[in-house]
Amino acid sequence: MSAAAICLTTIAVIVGIGTTIGFLAGVRRRMDLEQWTVGRRGFGVLLIFLLMAGEVYTTFAFLGASGWAYSRGGPALYVLAYLTLAYVASFFVLPALWEVGRRYGMQTQSDFFGVRYANKYLAGFVCIVGIVCFIPYLQLQITGLGIIVSIASFGGIGRPAAMTIGLALLVAFVSASGIRGVAWMSVVKDALMLIAAVAIGIGIPLAHFGGIGPMFAALIAARPAHLTMPGATTNLGHAWFVSTVLLTSLGFYMWPHSFAASFTAKSADTLRRNAVVMPLYGLSLAFIFFAGFATVLIVPGMANGDLALLTVVRQSFPAWFLGVVGGAGALTAMVPASVFVLVAATLFAKNLYRPLFAPSMSDDQVAGLARRAVVVIGLISLALAIFTSSTLVSLLLTGYAGVTQFFPGVILGLYWSRVTTGAVFAGLVVGVASAVGLMVSHHDPLFGVSAGFLALCVNFVVVVSGSLMSAALGSDEGRERTAQLAAAFQ
Amino acid sequence: MKKPSLPALCLALIPFVALCFSVPLWDRIYPMVLGLPFNLAWLIGWIVLSTVCMWGVYRIETVHLMHLPRDRGR
Repeated sequence: MSAAAICLTTIAVIVGIGTTIGFLAGVRRRMDLEQWTVGRRGFGVLLIFLLMAGEVYTTFAFLGASGWAYSRGGPALYVLAYLTLAYVASFFVLPALWEVGRRYGMQTQSDFFGVRYANKYLAGFVCIVGIVCFIPYLQLQITGLGIIVSIASFGGIGRPAAMTIGLALLVAFVSASGIRGVAWMSVVKDALMLIAAVAIGIGIPLAHFGGIGPMFAALIAARPAHLTMPGATTNLGHAWFVSTVLLTSLGFYMWPHSFAASFTAKSADTLRRNAVVMPLYGLSLAFIFFAGFATVLIVPGMANGDLALLTVVRQSFPAWFLGVVGGAGALTAMVPASVFVLVAATLFAKNLYRPLFAPSMSDDQVAGLARRAVVVIGLISLALAIFTSSTLVSLLLTGYAGVTQFFPGVILGLYWSRVTTGAVFAGLVVGVASAVGLMVSHHDPLFGVSAGFLALCVNFVVVVSGSLMSAALGSDEGRERTAQLAAAFQ
Repeated sequence: MKKPSLPALCLALIPFVALCFSVPLWDRIYPMVLGLPFNLAWLIGWIVLSTVCMWGVYRIETVHLMHLPRDRGR
């Protein structure tokens, strides 16, 4: 059997096992809307831990972070910082979200904005931003899948074909199982990911340099500036680091799927405990960094850094091992992608389409529309993945610049009684517009600072000053309304 | 929503300072720690220390929650 065949067969077996476990989890239960999106609020500590952890280990962590370690150097370390701080911040956001979620039967992020601010247009706008930001994230997963299968096939299967097959499998899986299927598939994926990451994190440096220490010594001797900031870049220095870490740690739970996942926890206390323990998960990323930095000297001069890790794995290990790593990587792309496409489709059908265009739709009709939306959203992301190119990390940062703009509305909505609907809406619009404007005009980073972060700051200023001005200068009814909405949340 | 206590917030701020705001202080290769460049070792070490801080926050906030009056007009 050729190396490519061994490799691809191994990947197919792993993906097959993963999706079967997922299908079985879904098939046994009748799928109504709440079951499909939120799994009836019965998820215990272990499952919620795995579901959230599973979502962290995306293609971004596996290929993107190592890809940036290869192509950018020191700046890639932002990943270790932001993941830890995301959990620290979550302690103060998620438990409170869970409580209001339970009280008002919230299923999605848009529900939160709709209930807290009593404005269906704001809720609709939140949907639109969320769905649009999912597209680069989905594109990232699909691109990753393409990379994995094409390297594993030793060039035999082209990336567009690999991406299309992956997407088809994804859509089928998601339509049948919903979120419970995803959770169980996550279990398989996580176990494999951890094993793969540790194996290559130790194995690659060992095979090529005699160990992690010798590898770093060699890298420092050959490229002394690579490991600190700005590393191999000219514009990703300390200001970029601080602003990007803040942007992504505050924005981590502002992704619609992570936001919604908090509603599935058994209790607020589960979420607090997860916030304490989850940073330790980030330790396994260190192994991916060891491997990523090792590739700098092993395969210098690659145009697409995201290919570096798997290329080195293919060179250094037997085909079956590349198959295992590739299989883990494929699940790593498919699991989060399933969640993104599910959440985006539900947001579209339940929170955007029904409230604004067809209020009399039944839940079953909404679920049907969501299933069709899954296909459309998937196809758009596939087209972008095939016809455009960015590094995986850049795609994610683009998405973050958008979703982090939800943070002011969420944190102030939870803890400040004077925040007004109008100010939040204005802040969100201004934040999104600034972020888009800066990115489209190639001003990211601007004066060394992340564009998304700057937009977030402007957003905050608008929300706070707008709310204070309403309180001082607005009508009595306005103040009354604001107070009522806040009181309902106490 | 009841606000978190000040000691909890301060404790939670420590990881933010260590991992984010203080970057110019630790973004360096030397001194190397266990064969790793200093910045990577610092980050790894603070991932563990952040968990310790957050465990402290958990203890403070759980006690804080239990001391609140039961009836808050829900």
